Amino acid sequence: MDGVIGFFADLAPNLQLLVDRSPQILDGVRTTVLATVVGALLALIIAFVFGLAQLAKVAVVRIVARVFVEFFRGTSLVVQLFWLAFVLPQLPYPLGFRLDPLLVGVIALGLNYGAYAAEVVRGSINSVPKGQYEAISALSLSPVRGMFRVVIPQAWALMIPSLSNLWIQLLKGSAIVSSVTLYDLFFQIEQVRDRTGTWFAYLFALVAYFVIAWVIVVIMNALEVRAKHSIGRGPALSQSWRTLFRAPGSKTAEGGLA
Amino acid sequence: MSTSWWSWDHAAAVLPLLLDGFKVTLLATVLGTLIALVLGLIVAIVRRSAPRVVSAPVTGVVEFVRMTPLVVQLVFANLVLSPYIDSTLAIGIWVLGIHYTTYMAEVYRAGIDSVPTGQWEAATALSLPRARTWRAVVVPQAIRNTLPALGNYAISMFKETPFFVVIYIPEMVRNAQTYGGDTFRYTEAITLAGLIFLVASYPTSLLIRRLEKKLA
Repeated sequence: MDGVIGFFADLAPNLQLLVDRSPQILDGVRTTVLATVVGALLALIIAFVFGLAQLAKVAVVRIVARVFVEFFRGTSLVVQLFWLAFVLPQLPYPLGFRLDPLLVGVIALGLNYGAYAAEVVRGSINSVPKGQYEAISALSLSPVRGMFRVVIPQAWALMIPSLSNLWIQLLKGSAIVSSVTLYDLFFQIEQVRDRTGTWFAYLFALVAYFVIAWVIVVIMNALEVRAKHSIGRGPALSQSWRTLFRAPGSKTAEGGLA
Repeated sequence: MSTSWWSWDHAAAVLPLLLDGFKVTLLATVLGTLIALVLGLIVAIVRRSAPRVVSAPVTGVVEFVRMTPLVVQLVFANLVLSPYIDSTLAIGIWVLGIHYTTYMAEVYRAGIDSVPTGQWEAATALSLPRARTWRAVVVPQAIRNTLPALGNYAISMFKETPFFVVIYIPEMVRNAQTYGGDTFRYTEAITLAGLIFLVASYPTSLLIRRLEKKLA
């Protein structure tokens, strides 16, 4: 039975089926979480490298970073994913190699969302007030030290809400990796669809992604509270745990992604 | 199969297919943007001014749609709706439009918040009816503040149309994939599809950046 009525009529056997299939489903959850976490770490590294490089004094470095960012923002995630999965193995020696599907997913997610995040890093560092740079030279800190001890801690607090949104984007984008034979959460749910009916399988999948997204929200809210507290602009985490459950975007108005 | 890494013959053969798909991509972007623009404004106004029994569930649904994958929503909607709606493309466009409605609503909300309180007070002082206050005072100012963000989401939607591959809509990337599957030759098809995206989206995002500076 299918449809909304079937959803309720078959609820008990369907839940039982989920329990029976839980090893596969948990495996899918693990793959999705792994791709999302490793992809986000790669994206973060790319974001800082190319975000900072766009502020470099040497013009060549700035231009290379700019081209990189525009390239990976401009050529859709799905194209990048398919390129790594289908084109890369067809290239002649020494380039023609087949990557593990997990690696394909992680690299595509990391490159694409890393390019978006690089813009966030660049923008946040740019919006640290000029006076802070003057303070760095007044204290005769070296530029590198000033960057890491003064500018980046303040920029970090600014960029967390946007990075949080991007991380959720990345999680949502990760559902496409099943089309390059990575057996993620979405793939495993599709495997039970025939037996549970469409409504049950997909509502379960959506709720599962929603829960993972909320874990990301809470982690990022905690990081934001901590970052603000460490630069003296907010209460400690222990005093403001309520803010952890604030919805993303409920406070900042970020200018979209593109 | 050619052993050279790039074949102009394959490039020439696949280009018409890609451009055909590009039309679908553009159509989906334009219609999806229209849906998101209209529904997003309605959602933003409802969340702001409707009684809590209405606005709370709306907020819940919006959060849920916003924080779950478009890919899953596409496949789900397609399976549920295909017995009733013939066109997979129509289903895809509505899902895309509704997904982005949740972003646009957030943008409008910020835009509405940025209209100074004095404007609301002035409308009250002039005893403008509630509907007219929205229509003639708040919305025009709010939209001006949100134009760059709305433009950015339109571009972002453009680049997410390839997610339609999961329900086999023949847009550009799907056509590239089909060509690759038929000929065992993916290089030209996928590479060109990426370049077309780049060529189309980069100038648009430059335009929006200029608009942003002009409005700021």
